[in-house]
Amino acid sequence: MKNYDMPIFAVLIALLILAPMAIYPVFLMKVLCFALFALAFNLLIGYVGLLSFGHAMFFGFSAYISAYTVKVWGWPTEIGIIAGTAVAALLGLVAGSLAIRRQGIYFAMVTLALAQMVFFFCLQAPFTGGEDGIQAVPRRPLLGFIDITSDLNFYYVVLAIFAAGFLIIYRAIHSPFGQVLKAIRENEARAISLGYHVDQYKLLAFVLSATLTGLAGSTKAIVFQLASLTDVAWQMSGEAVLMTLVGGMGTVFGPIVGAAIIITMQNYLAGFGEWVLVIQGVIFVITVLLFRRGVVGEIAALATRLTRRSEP
Amino acid sequence: MYDFIFQFLGVSPQALFGQLLIGLINGAFYALLSLGLAVIFGMLNVINFTHGAQYMMGAFGAWMLLHYLGIPYWGALILVPVIIGAFGILLERLLLSRLYHLDHLYGLLLTFGLALILEGLFRKQYGSSGLPYNNPLPGGIHLGFMFLPWYRGWVVLISIVVCLATWFMIEKTKLGSYLRAATENPTLVRAFGINVPRMMTLTYGFGVGLAALAGVLAAPIYSVNPIMGSNLIIVVFAVVVIGGMGSIMGSIVTGFGLGVIEGLTKVFYPEASNTVIFIIMAIVLLIRPAGLFGTPR
Amino acid sequence: MRWKALAVSAVTAFAAPAAMAQISDGVIKIGVMNDQSGLYADLSGQGSVWAARKAVEDYCKTAKCEKIEVVFADHQNKPDIGSTTVRQWFDVDKVDVVVDVPTSSVALAVHNITKEKNKVMLNSGAASSDLTGKACSPNTVHWTYDTWALANGTGNAIVKTGGDTWFFLTADYAFGHALERDTAAVVEKSGGKVVGRVRHPFPGQDFSSFLLQAQQSKAKIIGLANAGGDTTNSIKQAAEFGIVQAGQKLAGLLVFITDVHALSLQTAQGLILTEAWYWDQTDANRAFSADFEKANKGNKPTMVQAGVYSSVYHYLKAVHELKSDADGAAVVAKMKSMPTDDALFGKGEIRADGRKIHDMHLFEVKAPKESKGAWDYYKHRATIPAAEAFRPIDQGDCSLVKK
Repeated sequence: MKNYDMPIFAVLIALLILAPMAIYPVFLMKVLCFALFALAFNLLIGYVGLLSFGHAMFFGFSAYISAYTVKVWGWPTEIGIIAGTAVAALLGLVAGSLAIRRQGIYFAMVTLALAQMVFFFCLQAPFTGGEDGIQAVPRRPLLGFIDITSDLNFYYVVLAIFAAGFLIIYRAIHSPFGQVLKAIRENEARAISLGYHVDQYKLLAFVLSATLTGLAGSTKAIVFQLASLTDVAWQMSGEAVLMTLVGGMGTVFGPIVGAAIIITMQNYLAGFGEWVLVIQGVIFVITVLLFRRGVVGEIAALATRLTRRSEP
Repeated sequence: MYDFIFQFLGVSPQALFGQLLIGLINGAFYALLSLGLAVIFGMLNVINFTHGAQYMMGAFGAWMLLHYLGIPYWGALILVPVIIGAFGILLERLLLSRLYHLDHLYGLLLTFGLALILEGLFRKQYGSSGLPYNNPLPGGIHLGFMFLPWYRGWVVLISIVVCLATWFMIEKTKLGSYLRAATENPTLVRAFGINVPRMMTLTYGFGVGLAALAGVLAAPIYSVNPIMGSNLIIVVFAVVVIGGMGSIMGSIVTGFGLGVIEGLTKVFYPEASNTVIFIIMAIVLLIRPAGLFGTPR
Repeated sequence: MRWKALAVSAVTAFAAPAAMAQISDGVIKIGVMNDQSGLYADLSGQGSVWAARKAVEDYCKTAKCEKIEVVFADHQNKPDIGSTTVRQWFDVDKVDVVVDVPTSSVALAVHNITKEKNKVMLNSGAASSDLTGKACSPNTVHWTYDTWALANGTGNAIVKTGGDTWFFLTADYAFGHALERDTAAVVEKSGGKVVGRVRHPFPGQDFSSFLLQAQQSKAKIIGLANAGGDTTNSIKQAAEFGIVQAGQKLAGLLVFITDVHALSLQTAQGLILTEAWYWDQTDANRAFSADFEKANKGNKPTMVQAGVYSSVYHYLKAVHELKSDADGAAVVAKMKSMPTDDALFGKGEIRADGRKIHDMHLFEVKAPKESKGAWDYYKHRATIPAAEAFRPIDQGDCSLVKK
């Protein structure tokens, strides 16, 4: 079967380049940050079969790091983002080496508990500003000359970061490394018997996922000029799961679609006030019961059925 | 000698005994909740994320019975677990049972979504600042080292009784042996003419009933509000992980034990009392990945 | 940034008499942003939206109104949702003023954006005294209360009435620490003594262990430097452990009437707290509350909701006086230059740092037998005059204040 991923990606990027003409750029930036978050999360659930319920720790903690280094230490924006990403990678290494010892539901519980520890740390550590978070993070010129105080300029920077993140993940899952990951997902025992150091592969995937989640979190901190407890709370991990699930686990574009749907919903349903939580829950339940492949997965399945029918 | 130790620790023996007792009381809640989770997990292999919401519904159930029907606490103690348990059975039959043939993760995701819905509905209806529920057993007794409210004593008592009864039922009775056998090998048990799906349904209902019972017990002492469960459930997850998932005795012992440890932390280093359970969890996982009482599988 | 704002307000002050009616795009658009689904939904939420609409309605009875629109959004207590919504409000939906905004983290985020976009924020719901302190802005008015006022009112008045030894039960995060620090300073200044403190994790569930420590301290007053569910839980458990009956008093440093309602008088009786406004104080308050009750599930308004009414009312007056809502800093400058006067908060003023000044009141929660009906919860114990109720203007470190 022919692979249409790259042409689709090109069309997507082209659309995103034009999008600010019709859609509010801050909103788009938010979607892109969460899309990258969901893509990184999907790397684990979709390709290694590990459901992490603690990815908020990477997302939120990196946001704190980049906000703090840029605001308090006056680091340049790009270094702040890199610092946040690097810290997330380290945290991923520590959390990962603990968590990958278990599988399935156990893995989910362990990641959840680790994320809770990070949450309480962020709540109490003086540098995070407690409940107020780190506010009014400046948007300094990127690389010293790109003015990012304009939302439109910064939008294209975020788009570039997003595209880079996407390509890294895409490369990873279509490399021999990715093939081994899939083998582990399908049958771990066989992968071990074939001589693969399964734990090392899993750990590497975990760290990669944490790193890219960190990239999304650090970028988000600069976009919104703040880092707060919301981003480390366990509900945030739940949102990443929701986005990926709705878009389609283990599909290349699913997390992007899922993030777009959920963020749009949160923003435009804000008028429904009290109902937002219920609506989210209903979507969760319906997706799990009826559309387990997610939006993209269902479309892909439909496309396959149609092409099969047309080529008897 | 003992005096010296207490002086060294900076607390009086009275204070220490008091805190130990309080830890035990909190442990009673952990034990009841983690027991429900463990029963459900052991039988259905589902992590019941709705457990916190069902605990919350238990507390609200007690309030509703009192407020709308005038049924007092003691009636609620029996009625609410039955009603909420029946609601759990409905959920299992209509939704959860459709997912058994899939990866267990889908059960987790479904119950997570259900938790959001339930919490949202209660917020919508009752607001979020909470509802009043008066203490049915006011007063207490001076134990010398502390004032023990009657109600707290009652909580420990009932929770120990319920926990031990559950353990006895599952580990020592014929019904329990069917249950355990069905977990190991459902096909074989079905071949003996036992209705396995019905057993799973009833187990889920029972686990949910335990959560609701904990909710009723909590209503007079904790704030009755829609988010009371979501804060607690994460801690209870950690308790279950430490005890070894699915182990009945493990969750009971760990529940009480961690309550005591948490209580001691509140005396010596209160800032860490929220984190201590998670730190213990990390250590336990490093040394015994299957949990203290769990068997690796 | 500061000189720019000053220059702008100076120019408008001169130009004002000649200015034509310049209501941006013909509509004054008021955005009520608060918590509609979470912990603070009862004390702000739809009740605040109703209060804003009521203010518009009442104001338009006395003056000729052009088109005024009230919109609302739920920030879910998340700063990023709050800041996306408010940016969109300013950039796309042409909202002119944001009101209410409880939850300090969201309020600070909205505060910064309002300044950047030169719009107006009238904050009623948030507690952080930084809004008129080191983070102050020419575009924000902080209306109803702040942590300093609560700490001061409760701390000072209690020490004066003999409660001179304190033990603090403090939520272990920045907000709790600030509340404890401010109150402890007041207590010590008025001649009281702090005999101990314990930091409890946030959010907490069981406070009995900490309450026991408070009891053993033998302090006369247990100060609750926490909020929301933590406060209600500590009060509920203090009642259970017989702490109030045994002679110690609880002082709530951030308690709203909705919290008391949630606890019931049986549990909350004897609690001492400070509020800016109580529904049963004047005839005007009672009339407002009767209307409010009909539209809001039988609840009485909180001080936050009353503050929304009062702030919107004053805003409309200033915009009419100025004949323009386009320049946020100018509107706020106008609001500061006019004395405030409305049915609920009476006469008052707004200081240069953006702090609205009015009396604060110390209340004690009634015992069940003293209460004459639903929502009859408070006994008035003392009035803290406006001049003493808020942080002195020179102590806030606000850059708008000339030293």
